[in-house]
Amino acid sequence: MSNVTVQPSPPAPSRRPGSAPVEAGRGTRRRRKEAAPQFRGVVSPHTLKTPRGRVIYWIVLVTVVVGFTAAFVFPLYWMVTGALRSPEELAQMPPGFFPESLDFAVYAEAWDQLNLGQFLGNTLLYAGGALLFTLAVDVTAAYALSKLRPVLGNLVLGLMLATLMIPPMVILLPAYLTVKDLPILGWDLLNTPWAIWLPAAANGFYIFLLKRFFDSIPRELLEAAQIDGASASRILWSIVLPVSRPIIGVVSILSVVTVWKDFVWPLLVLPDSENMSISVGIASLSAQMPQNVLIAALVIASLPAIIVFFVFQRSIMAGLTAGSLKG
Amino acid sequence: MTTMTVKGSRHRTPGRFRRGVRRNLTAYGFLCGALICFAFFSWYPMVREILLSFQQTNFVDEPTWVGLENFGTVIDDAAFADAWINTAAFTGLALVFGYFVPFAAAIVLNELRHAKAYLRFVVYLPVMLPPAVGVLLFKWFYDPGPGLFNQILDLVNLPALSWLDSTDTALLSLVIVSTWMNLGTGTLIYLAALQSIPGELYEAAELDGAGLFKRVWHVTIPQTKLILMVMLLLQIVATMQVFIEPYLLTGGGPENATLTVAYLMYQYAFNFGDFGAGGALGLMLMLVLMVFSAFYLRISRDNQS
Repeated sequence: MSNVTVQPSPPAPSRRPGSAPVEAGRGTRRRRKEAAPQFRGVVSPHTLKTPRGRVIYWIVLVTVVVGFTAAFVFPLYWMVTGALRSPEELAQMPPGFFPESLDFAVYAEAWDQLNLGQFLGNTLLYAGGALLFTLAVDVTAAYALSKLRPVLGNLVLGLMLATLMIPPMVILLPAYLTVKDLPILGWDLLNTPWAIWLPAAANGFYIFLLKRFFDSIPRELLEAAQIDGASASRILWSIVLPVSRPIIGVVSILSVVTVWKDFVWPLLVLPDSENMSISVGIASLSAQMPQNVLIAALVIASLPAIIVFFVFQRSIMAGLTAGSLKG
Repeated sequence: MTTMTVKGSRHRTPGRFRRGVRRNLTAYGFLCGALICFAFFSWYPMVREILLSFQQTNFVDEPTWVGLENFGTVIDDAAFADAWINTAAFTGLALVFGYFVPFAAAIVLNELRHAKAYLRFVVYLPVMLPPAVGVLLFKWFYDPGPGLFNQILDLVNLPALSWLDSTDTALLSLVIVSTWMNLGTGTLIYLAALQSIPGELYEAAELDGAGLFKRVWHVTIPQTKLILMVMLLLQIVATMQVFIEPYLLTGGGPENATLTVAYLMYQYAFNFGDFGAGGALGLMLMLVLMVFSAFYLRISRDNQS
């Protein structure tokens, strides 16, 4: 399972943020080429050097590039340009590859008509708050379980990890009822950001990732600080956190992306239209909008995700291979 | 996993003891946020799920115990069999496309020396989109009049399909969206696994005279067997919970052709106000999914030891 874990080799501290977890990106590839110029897969390097091998290689390469572009980029191109087409142009058979005019006013129209500014602001609030709560709650918990090792700590950890075995859809109804009328306290969290923030923090997978990383921090590092009289929170803040930047980056990205993408939960717990997240808002208004306005709204809604992916590609792919262990 | 560690109980010198108490107090101070969040939003709902399915709840009076009545309601419903058959068919079809295709794609990607970063980026792009956006985008592509898919069919002189509006193609249409949105995850995970296979194994196989497909069969697959099993189970568990596709694309229709278990559960609770029946159906789904989760646990445990 070594190939699917975020866990780096034990001396974690000296790593550049984002560099370790997954062997992704250009830098790694180049490094590997230098170290082992003979990297090989199924096809032998000899076959690749023969003229026939070379021709086949290039045919396969071009086919794959064209195929992937058609399958994954073209639909997005069609979405971006589809918004620019008038309803008549959309109905045209066969459609032109380029839209007839480049009038971006439809995007402004979508922004106003669907109230996208508010939806985006709401989603940002939910994702940002969820990130803060997740970090505050899960980092401290993982630190306590990993380094302070209290009585019954393993039982607590076991119960937290057990929640990973419960498929989220299955406890959707009882979770909704809980948020609607919080036991003992009797609070109704529906239509408040708390309904997103607090459940987001109860994530066994993040605790698992963080604890496993903290476990690999050498004891001596903390003991030295302890002897100097540093308190537990001081050690967490000035030693553990700086050293754990890569894993905190992975957890942060995962938690923001998860809340941003979520649909069912915000659909249930934030039913009022002024509180809706972007996904739920667009879905709820989709039936009443002209086709091209709706598509423009979809473009606007997908932009933040694509930008985030562009910027944080490495952390996201690191989280993905870590995520393959997720239940 | 549930063994307790009681440390510091061997040496009961007062200083040590006091320090032990302090350490435990600090630890639980750090843990209390997580304990509260888990208790309210994970552990309690799990228990509540079981209670819910044996109770009648109307949110005014105290819930009453009704035994297995909710399960009877759910099973007697004509939609019950439809929902399970559709969910099984959806999961099966999603495996055909979404399980083998990413593995094959990863094997090919692993051989390429060019454009790798681009291909990796592109295949994961749909995964990053909010699912609601992807689904609504495909709803537009499926438009039975001038949708993109019918326009493409028209270009190659094939008859137009009614996609979401026909009982024959509706479920398949859902599978296509779902696969398009999730293909990247599997591809990248397999790719990471393939990169860790030592090249000497292929060399040795080649010296033994194994051809291309034999090398894949005898080296690649055995070397990635574990991750293949894990992904199979995780994918089954994930796709059996399918909700957003039928919710946004078809509303379960036409004629229940795309009604899934999770969507039926939602309908019981939020359209018919019967949380007991919804809870009972959810519990059944949980038991089915637990079987796969148990396999998953067993595999990862066997691998650790």
